[in-house]
Amino acid sequence: MFLDILIDGLIKGSVYALLAIGFSLVLGVARIINIAHTALYMTSAYLIYIGTKQLGLPATVSIGAAIILTILLGLLIYRYFIRPIQEHEAAMLIATIAVAMMLQEVFLMTFGGHYLGVSPLVEGYTTILGVRVTWQHILALGLALVVLVGVRLFLFHTRMGLAIRATAQDREVANLMGMDVTRVAMATMAVSVGLASVAGAIVAPLVTVEPTMWMHPLIMMLAIVVLGGLGSIEGSFVGAYILGFAESMVVFMVPMGSFLKDSVALSIMILVLLVRPEGLFGVFFEEER
Amino acid sequence: MNTRRFIVCLAAGFLLFAGLCPSAWAADSIKIGILGPMSFTQGEGHWNGATMAAEEINAAGGVKVGDKMMQIELVKVDTNEFLSIPDATNAVEMAISRNKVDFLVGGFRTEAVMVMQDIAMDAKKIFIGCGAATVEICTRVTENYDRYKYWFRLTPINAGYLGKVDFTLLGTVGAIMKKTLGLETLKVAVVAEKAAWAEGIVAAAEKTLPEKMGMEIVGIWRPSPVAKDCSAELAAIQRAGAHIVFTTFSSSVGLTFAKQMGELKIPAAAVGINVEAQKSGFWEATNGAGDYVLTINTYAPVKITESTLPFYTKYQERFKEAPNYTAGTYDALQILKAAVEEAGTLDSDALVPFLEKTDLVGTAGREVFDAAHDITWGPGYVTGLGTQWQEGKIQCVWPYNWEGITYEGTVPYKLAPWVVEAWKKKD
Repeated sequence: MFLDILIDGLIKGSVYALLAIGFSLVLGVARIINIAHTALYMTSAYLIYIGTKQLGLPATVSIGAAIILTILLGLLIYRYFIRPIQEHEAAMLIATIAVAMMLQEVFLMTFGGHYLGVSPLVEGYTTILGVRVTWQHILALGLALVVLVGVRLFLFHTRMGLAIRATAQDREVANLMGMDVTRVAMATMAVSVGLASVAGAIVAPLVTVEPTMWMHPLIMMLAIVVLGGLGSIEGSFVGAYILGFAESMVVFMVPMGSFLKDSVALSIMILVLLVRPEGLFGVFFEEER
Repeated sequence: MNTRRFIVCLAAGFLLFAGLCPSAWAADSIKIGILGPMSFTQGEGHWNGATMAAEEINAAGGVKVGDKMMQIELVKVDTNEFLSIPDATNAVEMAISRNKVDFLVGGFRTEAVMVMQDIAMDAKKIFIGCGAATVEICTRVTENYDRYKYWFRLTPINAGYLGKVDFTLLGTVGAIMKKTLGLETLKVAVVAEKAAWAEGIVAAAEKTLPEKMGMEIVGIWRPSPVAKDCSAELAAIQRAGAHIVFTTFSSSVGLTFAKQMGELKIPAAAVGINVEAQKSGFWEATNGAGDYVLTINTYAPVKITESTLPFYTKYQERFKEAPNYTAGTYDALQILKAAVEEAGTLDSDALVPFLEKTDLVGTAGREVFDAAHDITWGPGYVTGLGTQWQEGKIQCVWPYNWEGITYEGTVPYKLAPWVVEAWKKKD
């Protein structure tokens, strides 16, 4: 059972990590509250569906087009729904919830509530220590690591990364130092939405594409970012695996209660916050910035 | 100038009034409210089935009410009950009070149907249910006949009967596996979504499988009805060495489970209830990984009665998908027509005794209501079907010599090659 939990938790955690890194970047590091982040992940999944299933385009072309179009949509959302109210966090929260709901309704009206499928990039499965795992899941695991390293390098080894961290720390001072804070925020949004879109491309074949597919990941992403420590990319990464392992443990140890896996995972988040209100990696938050 | 303004205001007021009271223009029609989540497959089934029936009835002259021929006018009532129960209650209230419907047909989720049922009963509107299976919806009729006598359930067969078909399918597949693979004791994983309607089936499985069917239960898993990932459950099932996975799913988890099970080629046969597998879109949504899934169903391209295949074919040609059980609204309208013509009135109280005497050979079988206004199940009535996905097609595999019944077009059940390969090697 230990091996089963280990393998399954690792795979599940990778899927969450892939989704959480972009969310952590925009919410935790750049302090842009974009609840529509997972709705953009859904948009990417739908665009890939349109490209591959309805237009018959190759998967790579569809994914590329989906990423570009989703980034453009993300920038439009930033320009018209976030930037005018960026100083008011509560307003930003509500506005982006509204945007997410609007996207949900657009897809509901266009595709109905039908469950749709996107073909995996890599078909088939392999067996690791007796546990069957699809190649698409392995791809998610590998990509989660690549994205983590990439984001880390971007934030700490590029001028734009430095600008993002500086703007997040103090928007006014960054502005006084000559940084174009709007451009920096737009770049952050573009990177974050791009990550959501990449997550959509990798995760969509593992789930069902439907108009409410953004809700569950959103709850899990919020939990992961808070659990890991707001602003810590590594914290989110670790948080994702903690929730992944917690879910697996519930299913393997209490099969009759497998429906509780989400609530147990979220309870762990609450427990951690009671002990460490700043989250697991909250201590490193200021240092990272 | 004032007179012109007055005339313009009067005209605008008239147009507004006319817009708000469309029923005023259709006094010579029978208005039937079709209730369903119209953005979802289930609601589409409700609407499509009713549309076909209404068009056929109207083309044949309509419904004879006393000396008058009346046309059927359908009112699309989007209950949105998947996402919001209050939406469902508002929609049915509006259908009754604003659209002035004469009858109600449809509904899907038990939680929504029970509330809509109360609203309909308050208004004394005949409501023919075509979606919710919970027994208690009909028990209300026997417990409080005067209030709930306007309710009838046409489809699906109730949860109790579904359970009987469910265990029959399990026994059938078990026998095939024993014979084909030479297995002595079958190991069964019970996987049922955590929902009220599934409790009875799980309890019955815990008792029936070991005691009456000689099967060993290797575990019971209860995922959330909306779980987006079942990989842990599947890994545990594989470790437990299950030969059969006995499924009880009505929600989206059925799709997730079947998709992941097929992708991982878990060496077990999936048998039971999986509402998602009843839909044409199941194949595409699972990218073909749903092959060999067996589920209870209502319609398949088989000759249950003389009207099944013509209905099935016409429906598929027109709507580019197979009818699911909510398309039973087709039969519901035929039943209403027969009762209204016999009673010669649209009055609900007068119609109830005629509906109670319904004996119609419909598209799903011979349709007769019992004392609880529930559809009768069994040989000679509506039996339900067992359908299996075989190479991208929904095929009827049950009844197959059950109680002397084999519908024309039924094919033998197939075991997945990887199941055969896994267990033939081991045993």
